[in-house]
Amino acid sequence: MTPLLRVTGVTKRFGGFTALDGVDLEVAPGERLGLIGPNGSGKSTLVNCIAGTLRNEAGRIELDGRDIGREPAFKRVHLGVSRSFQIPRPFASMSVIDNLRIPILYGVKAPVTLDAGRATDEAMRILDQVGLGEKAQAMSAGLTQVDMRKLELARAIAAKPRLLIADEAMAGLSASEVDDILALLFTLKERGVAVIMIEHVMRAVMKFSERIAVLVAGKKIADGDPQAVVAKPEVVSAYLGQ
Amino acid sequence: MSNRAFALVVFAAAAGIIAASRLVTNDYYFSAAYTVLQFVILATAWNILGGYAGYVNFGSAAFFAVGAYSSVFLYRWVHAPLPVMIVTGTLVAGLLGFGVGYLTLRLRGVFFAIATLALAVVLFTCVVNWDYVGGSRGAYILQPKDLPFGLKRYIHVLFGAMVLMAGVALVVARTIETSAIGRGLAAIRDDELAAECAGVPTLRLKILAASVSGALMGMAGTTFPYYLSYVEPSAAFNLSYAVNSIAMPLIGGMMSWMGPLLGALLLGTVQQVVQVTVSSEWNLLIVGVLLVAFVTLAPNGIMGWVDKWKRRRK
Repeated sequence: MTPLLRVTGVTKRFGGFTALDGVDLEVAPGERLGLIGPNGSGKSTLVNCIAGTLRNEAGRIELDGRDIGREPAFKRVHLGVSRSFQIPRPFASMSVIDNLRIPILYGVKAPVTLDAGRATDEAMRILDQVGLGEKAQAMSAGLTQVDMRKLELARAIAAKPRLLIADEAMAGLSASEVDDILALLFTLKERGVAVIMIEHVMRAVMKFSERIAVLVAGKKIADGDPQAVVAKPEVVSAYLGQ
Repeated sequence: MSNRAFALVVFAAAAGIIAASRLVTNDYYFSAAYTVLQFVILATAWNILGGYAGYVNFGSAAFFAVGAYSSVFLYRWVHAPLPVMIVTGTLVAGLLGFGVGYLTLRLRGVFFAIATLALAVVLFTCVVNWDYVGGSRGAYILQPKDLPFGLKRYIHVLFGAMVLMAGVALVVARTIETSAIGRGLAAIRDDELAAECAGVPTLRLKILAASVSGALMGMAGTTFPYYLSYVEPSAAFNLSYAVNSIAMPLIGGMMSWMGPLLGALLLGTVQQVVQVTVSSEWNLLIVGVLLVAFVTLAPNGIMGWVDKWKRRRK
């Protein structure tokens, strides 16, 4: 079976600093992958390269076997790659529900003529799932940090992805909120959506992931079964120091 | 209100204004109203790129002058009739807008604003050195003698054209604002990267907004040569066009089509009144004072006030 996403030898440099050094990664359709690594290890850079907000200097990024490395970010969204931002970037002049209308309108390729009623229903359904249903009409700029993270995730889901990249969607959330978000992400699996979860909340990563990949200093040092990966000595030393 | 209904209302109002204007005997009022309407178009057009998409254009005068000088060119070349001049000037300015749209690929914020200002300077220099359209000496344009619809003076024709063009500008602006394009532009204004990652084709929308905005600004300039009968570069490229087309949406409110309309009517009328009652030198000072007052008291313009008042009543 061809993987949904295949990243081969992706390298990204910022001046003299090599943020990603020949990273390979595969994600199968509907798979749940946890991507972990210390701060500055290149996780977000990899996300940016996959989503198209940064251009990698070397390597290939394929979706369904098709090279998407030269496509602009919005086309990759149309093809089914959607991401949330680590630092929330809401559309500040809009209400929460209007924030979701943007990906609902633009997340698919051509038909922008979705009728308003259906768009509203869909937006409300997603907002209810992330627990923002009651704040649908509130201005997004006035949300708490936690709610902004939920909005980030909701907006990424509203683009109807086949591959969702959640970049630290759970930082700062309480235990029960983490469980809510996890439950939501699990329902995506039923719809065949693959998820790459970047997270420091290890409890969430371990519970969620079918497979874990570890990035350290721009290199992938481990990839495989969650329990086995976190037991590896090089992973432990990268996280805890020697 | 649907866009079609809105267009009907606008053009009915335009017809009503033109009909009512037949009762006015003093030609000064036509001339004054022409200037105010010209600013309605400029402000409305500027707001499509500046207000909806958040790209501040300091080069409004360049688009206006492109419209004016394409009319001068057509006059010298074939004595083209007015409607041909209006359409041509609109298209040429739209093309320039298309180019400016591409600038947004690399330039954001203040850098984009400076680039548009530079564009105006470059075009000014080109026109100054282009003899065919009069160069720095300027060009005389004679108003046609035979007038349509039994009108008595050419300013009546120009006024009628200006009312209709203002109607077109308002309808275009509102159509963009209420469509998916308007939502996309608002997303770009709020956060361009997040918009792109939500699937919004940001470059395409920005180019569209810049083209439409530029085209409408050019349209406002197409009748300018006939209005003055004499065009020179420093009149067509006057800084006051750039300043006013930014100040009017700021004062009226930049989030909707009504803001620039209100701002232009208010500021434009005040300027006209001051020009005849006090002195013409005071114009830009008034713009400045009003701008400072609004930025401190009503940062979101008149419409921002209205919105706040509405929300409080709820």
